[in-house]
Amino acid sequence: MALSRTLDLAAAHGAPDLLLWVVVPYLCLAVCLGGHLWRYRHDQFGWTSRTSQLLEHRWLRWAGPLFHLGAFAVIGGHVVGLLVPAAWTAAAGIDEETYHLLSVGLGALAGGAMVLGLGMLCARRLLTPRVRRTTDTSDRVLFPLLSLVVVLGLTATAAHNVAGGGYDYRSTVSVWFRGLFGLQPHPEAMAGAPLLFQLHALTAVLLFAAWPFTRLVHVWSVPLGYLTRPYLVYRRRAPRREARRSTSV
Amino acid sequence: MRVLAQIAMVMNLDKCIGCHTCSVTCKQTWTNRAGVEYAWFNNVESRPGLGFPRRWEDQDRHRGGWALDRRGRLVLRGGGRLRRLLGLFANPDLPALDDYYEPLTYDYDTLVTAPAGTDTPVARPRSQLTGEPTSVRWGANWEDGLGGAPEHAAADPNLQGGLGEQVRFEFEEAFLLHLPRICEHCLNPACVAACPSGALYKRVEDGVVLVDQDRCRGWRMCVSACPYKKVYVNHRTGKAEKCTFCFPRLEAGQPTVCAETCVGRLRYLGVVLYDADRVGEAAAVPEPELLDAQRDLLLDPEDPEVRAAARESGIPEDWLDAARRSPVHALISRHRVALPLHPEYRTLPMVWYVPPLSPVLDATAAAGGDPGDPDHVFAAVTQLRTPLEYLAQLFTAGDTDVVAGTLMKLTALRSYMRQRSLNTPESADPEEDEGLAAVGLSPVQARELHRLLALAEYRDRFVVPAAHQEDAAVLAETGCPVAEEEQPQHGGGRVHLGMPRVRCRDDAGGRR
Repeated sequence: MALSRTLDLAAAHGAPDLLLWVVVPYLCLAVCLGGHLWRYRHDQFGWTSRTSQLLEHRWLRWAGPLFHLGAFAVIGGHVVGLLVPAAWTAAAGIDEETYHLLSVGLGALAGGAMVLGLGMLCARRLLTPRVRRTTDTSDRVLFPLLSLVVVLGLTATAAHNVAGGGYDYRSTVSVWFRGLFGLQPHPEAMAGAPLLFQLHALTAVLLFAAWPFTRLVHVWSVPLGYLTRPYLVYRRRAPRREARRSTSV
Repeated sequence: MRVLAQIAMVMNLDKCIGCHTCSVTCKQTWTNRAGVEYAWFNNVESRPGLGFPRRWEDQDRHRGGWALDRRGRLVLRGGGRLRRLLGLFANPDLPALDDYYEPLTYDYDTLVTAPAGTDTPVARPRSQLTGEPTSVRWGANWEDGLGGAPEHAAADPNLQGGLGEQVRFEFEEAFLLHLPRICEHCLNPACVAACPSGALYKRVEDGVVLVDQDRCRGWRMCVSACPYKKVYVNHRTGKAEKCTFCFPRLEAGQPTVCAETCVGRLRYLGVVLYDADRVGEAAAVPEPELLDAQRDLLLDPEDPEVRAAARESGIPEDWLDAARRSPVHALISRHRVALPLHPEYRTLPMVWYVPPLSPVLDATAAAGGDPGDPDHVFAAVTQLRTPLEYLAQLFTAGDTDVVAGTLMKLTALRSYMRQRSLNTPESADPEEDEGLAAVGLSPVQARELHRLLALAEYRDRFVVPAAHQEDAAVLAETGCPVAEEEQPQHGGGRVHLGMPRVRCRDDAGGRR
């Protein structure tokens, strides 16, 4: 079934498109998922944000919040742009022009903050000897890759939706992206997209593959539980065989 | 009432000579690794001075510990839960590395590889972080023996509000006391409360506060929340590390390394019992009542009701027995000569201090008084070279009467034992000593206190019950708390500065 569909797709779209927009994304997502499972099980000790604030705090003070808050907004924008079909926003009474204005306006703000923050983070990593010395291989992959994804994304938007006549990625890129998760891949939706959007998507997919092997894993440890847990944490030294009173107080 | 046991420490500051043996043995045991070169789980500060890290007591800047909000509720000084989460991206209260010091080593290689020449080769300091030549600007005991005091010591946070003008830093008039510090293993630990991941915890059995290295995600909130600045970031692993109270030794019934190796024999270790249900209440009383509230939280192990409640909450018999013989309980609650460090931080610290008294008898004689006359000596206590106000800032949230009372008790004890030892005619009947009576000590109590403070035998100082039999199997499991460092091979003329990568390889695959 799956094989026959693959063959159909291959026949319909040609091998390169199939490779780029179906095989590579699925491989990367598989690496991402498997990598996370493996690392969570075997490397709790390495699962951290790897803070370098102790070593350098003047740049980080601005760069950290700028990058993170910008990134949250950018991710939020992608969720709306990629996962919400255009028909839904139209049904909610948001017409195309309003959507375009909103997405470009908010996107510029969020993207600007993220790029500025990331630029400062990269700069301090390169220019502060203390931080530079703590940079390891995973950082050397992560920082350029992340920067590439962000810059390509911003350039694509700037070139096509601000300077250019406007490109409706919601009828191509979004369809492809949703198709991946619906197990109904539409490589043809991506094949016709402008080069910048294609590159942005490809590098982003690679970023997902690299994710579990870098400090990005700390994203999954957002400590939201802190909002509700009691302040003091008590733990028993070791679990005992006989039933005892509860360990948390 | 929910009774829990806590291993607590008392340090008798009278005896501290500032030799740093505790710091060095602690360093060798726990922090001689890359990433925590700058961290001292135990350090000895010279006071007055800035301390380590610099001005750690300045909570307006570091915002550690707890405070009462406008409605009198107990809140973390560094902000509530939401504020902390917003500060994850850059913790505004975190000390910088330069508030500690830049760890360094020396270019020893030059000493043997320098070509023959007219000058003696010199090993220059190099930063352990960057490998670059550096200059030595600060250190963990930079102010040792009041070094640099004329320039720095006036910035001691305990010297605010007029006291700074009274204190002189000229040699003849200066005062000096050594303050050894470790993690306080608080009953109301702010580091635990501030940890977003819940990686820090207080052990139910013995009250030791620890960081679960597998759960820590490097949010570094504990570092700023600890008002004593005794949680450190390991900058190689990105995780928090702190004084462990040498828990593997405690579990085996041995004292901590710092206590064991203290040449002045000034550290005491023992069990205290406390009521876990009243911790929050005791931490939230108004400032003048804080010291009493913290003393009252500790329970009397002789009280049958307390013992019954302790058994109810699972405290073993030998621990109850140890609590009765505890030197720490004796010094804090029975004799009331030990005081907590900065009770106003509201963390209910569990390392207490007997304030230093040393020069009082000399001072009495110098002032023309009779060192044998309690009245003369008591009068001298209030005019000690180490100002009462300063000690009060450290130990009683500013209440000089309590410090004076403690010092008078120690003075009366000293004068009583002096008369007993010298057997002077006027002390023919040492059972009636007016000095002792004035401070509320009976001769029996005085002799017990003297035995504890002056003789300080090993078995009296350390009453540490071992961890319990049923846990033995778990404790016997040997793990890898710290991985072996990869030693780089020398070669190619490069200077290796001991900056290996630290990684704990958990071969068993399980969580510890």
